[in-house]
Amino acid sequence: MAVVETRKLSKVFKRGNVGAVVDVDLQTREGEFLVLLGPSGSGKTTLLRMIAGLEEPTSGEILIGGRVVNNLTPRERRIAMVFQSYALYPHLTVYNNIVFPLKAQGVDKAKRKTQAEWAASLLGIQHLFARKPRELSGGERQRVALARAIVREPSVFLLDEPLSNLDAKLRASAREEIEQFQKRIGTTAIYVTHDQVEAMAMGDRVVVMSQGAVRQIGTPAEVYDDPADTFVATFLGSPPMNILEADGALVGFRPEHFLPTGVAERAGAHVSYPFRISHSEYLGAEMILYGTIAEGVFKDRKVISRVPSTHGAGLTDSSLHTFSVAEGDLKFFDPQSGKRTATRRVAS
Amino acid sequence: MKQVILWLVRIIFAVLLAFPFYWMLITTFKRTTDLYNLKNNPFIFNERPTLEHLRLLFTETLFLRWVGNTAFAGLVVVIITLVLAVPAAYALARLTGGWGAQLGIGIFLTYLIPPTLLFIPLSKVVALLDLQDSLWSIIVVYPSFTIPFSTWLLMGFFKEIPRDLDDAAMVDGLTRWGAFVKLMIPMSTSGILTVVIFAFTLVTQEFVYALTFISTAAHQTVGVGVPTFLVRGDVFYWGSLMAACLITSLPIGFLYNIFLDRFIEGFTVGAVK
Amino acid sequence: MFMPAILYIVALVGVPFVLAFFYAVGDVKVGSVGYHFVGLHNFISVLKNPTFRLALRNSFIFTISSQVLVLIGANILALALKDAFPGRRFLRFLILLPWVAPVSIGSIGWKWILDSLYSVISWVMVRAHLVKEYEAPMWLGEPKLAMMSVILVHTWHMLPFATVILLAGLTAIPKDIPEAAAVDGAGYFRTLFQITIPMMLPIINVAVLFGTIFTFTDMTVIYILTRGGPYDTTQVIPTLAFFAGILGSDLAEGAAISIFMVPLLVIATYLVLRSAHRAEVT
Repeated sequence: MAVVETRKLSKVFKRGNVGAVVDVDLQTREGEFLVLLGPSGSGKTTLLRMIAGLEEPTSGEILIGGRVVNNLTPRERRIAMVFQSYALYPHLTVYNNIVFPLKAQGVDKAKRKTQAEWAASLLGIQHLFARKPRELSGGERQRVALARAIVREPSVFLLDEPLSNLDAKLRASAREEIEQFQKRIGTTAIYVTHDQVEAMAMGDRVVVMSQGAVRQIGTPAEVYDDPADTFVATFLGSPPMNILEADGALVGFRPEHFLPTGVAERAGAHVSYPFRISHSEYLGAEMILYGTIAEGVFKDRKVISRVPSTHGAGLTDSSLHTFSVAEGDLKFFDPQSGKRTATRRVAS
Repeated sequence: MKQVILWLVRIIFAVLLAFPFYWMLITTFKRTTDLYNLKNNPFIFNERPTLEHLRLLFTETLFLRWVGNTAFAGLVVVIITLVLAVPAAYALARLTGGWGAQLGIGIFLTYLIPPTLLFIPLSKVVALLDLQDSLWSIIVVYPSFTIPFSTWLLMGFFKEIPRDLDDAAMVDGLTRWGAFVKLMIPMSTSGILTVVIFAFTLVTQEFVYALTFISTAAHQTVGVGVPTFLVRGDVFYWGSLMAACLITSLPIGFLYNIFLDRFIEGFTVGAVK
Repeated sequence: MFMPAILYIVALVGVPFVLAFFYAVGDVKVGSVGYHFVGLHNFISVLKNPTFRLALRNSFIFTISSQVLVLIGANILALALKDAFPGRRFLRFLILLPWVAPVSIGSIGWKWILDSLYSVISWVMVRAHLVKEYEAPMWLGEPKLAMMSVILVHTWHMLPFATVILLAGLTAIPKDIPEAAAVDGAGYFRTLFQITIPMMLPIINVAVLFGTIFTFTDMTVIYILTRGGPYDTTQVIPTLAFFAGILGSDLAEGAAISIFMVPLLVIATYLVLRSAHRAEVT
């Protein structure tokens, strides 16, 4: 088991261009499932590929198990990688796909067989040994890719958006499978995704990235409830956090905290606003209300609310209600840098 | 290290493959006395370069005549090919069921039937049509291989255009023929241009039929005329001969290079689908 | 909309193809009017002819040797051309020239390079003291050398075509496959021989089959360089058919000779179709 560490890791693709990865410092914890989360272009995949050894850093260091690995080939780093497309060798059977890394290491035939069977049994795919990748379903291919990765007993697992090629229905069960698999074998895993739901569900910790830089590293609860800046605050959570400007400050509150007065259960001081609903979406368990603040310092600003359907009575289009937010649920940000600032008072 | 080997490979192959053309270039401009002097280093100009071979080629041989013949034949053959292959390719690309692909492959396979098998019966056919020793004999015969090749290439290009566009055009009031002329052809100018270039190069590269059907020097194409008629008795006039080769090779080379990517696109799309 | 094209092809390919068989089993000569069926007579007399047997043997030697050389050369070159590098376009232009220039033109260029007296290759060999000045090899005049020369020139002509096809196959391999192989610990050669080339097999098949068909049925290079000589040692089936059928005006004999190319054509075509079908499925 090893800890992966990067120190001031940067990658610039073309001189003079803005960096794809900028000064990233991170450190995994043993056995954790670390998620690199960000929109496309945020640098998360480049970061992963540098850790794998498929991309050369422009500056900075990568350490695995305390050893600087910058000059080591992927093979020498003892990592395993699951690609977005799974990258199964199409001309080889499932069995030969799985033993390929062992063959490359010169492992003898008998040992290869036992390893392959062990890896396959972990994922329940022994019955697929004779098949070729093109005969497998998406979920089966993922399992083969995982088996091929685990068969070498690597020190780190790297996964590059393996769920994005699956259709939505399959994604949830495939996601669960990866989570359980990682817990069972206990190897440190670094997982790249742009899907924040995936990140929150799977990650022990989440690294939120944007434009090559790390915005925040924390548990799902930390990045969700305690965002470090406006990017993190709005990237996580769907619909995104409402962010409004007044008196030179940015204040944000999540749609699920913006509720009809009386519904909000949290004790303590609340701030209230008249909310005119312009249209709503009924999603079954909850309703999403889009509207504007009718009066006060935030007049005419668009806000979104997320109300459990059980409290949806009377919340129709064009109606006006008083909604409120607990003061504890207000987050403040600096308008220039977007960074989180201390709590302030807010006028109504 | 890997880079060094890669570059070595690239350069060695480039030299081996392009050397004859370099040789054509040097020979063209070397004086005859320099060329035939075994004591001289053949790689450099030992005497001053000369334009004599070029002059001879253009004024005392039928070279320009051959170029003209070839250009004319090429033009007519390309027109015939387009007129027949473009609608055929479109119709086959749009044919539903496996038919289109099957017929397309069938048509392409005829391209694999060699001229060295067909030239004997065709020589009788040409005689029957009274076209022997005429440029028209090859103008009539060449489409037999330019059409299969072009149809297959064009099928690949037409397949790239989504069927939905045809349907949209027909919903907008065009007939299938109208959709073809007003929509498909303008959209495939790149593909059609590629086919024009390749059909033309197929014409210029052809040797067997021209050799078989045409006997008089003045009626010949440049591909057969140069190796066959630029000799007097047993003597090859290498200077002029190489000049002719150079002039024939390079323009075609340029054209081909420009259109190669499109050709590969069409070739591999056509092959694998 | 495709009937005109199909009719043209039937008339100028299909009909002559059938006619070739009729001539081969008849007694047609240029200028003859009647037709008599003679069964397998022509084939038998062709097979009895030692020149034909030599031509048959030469055809196989010529085809197999040049195809092997082309395959190896094109693979190496395609690998070197796969990645982008400065000057790639220009290099590609140079590399394509042998295929693009009319093959007769390229061949006559080689004839000059291989001239018995003035060959530049001989000149270099003499200067390098590999041969004595007046014992320079007769590249096109000695049987073994002549065969080597025509194989060389034909390989030179075919190499660009094969390279282009193989390059297309190479670039079709998804980028993450070699990366997965690198992560799995495979070195350069293991990746090349166990992953890259096996994945290219369908397209290698296509290139080899096309190359074989074009080589086996080609007469141009040999006609220009040696006319089939010296003493028929570079004669192949297509050139023999030409000399007998066209120059010798014996259409029946010429047709019978050229029909011997058909079995190979049929087999190769069948394999092309099967291979293309496989390529689709991968």
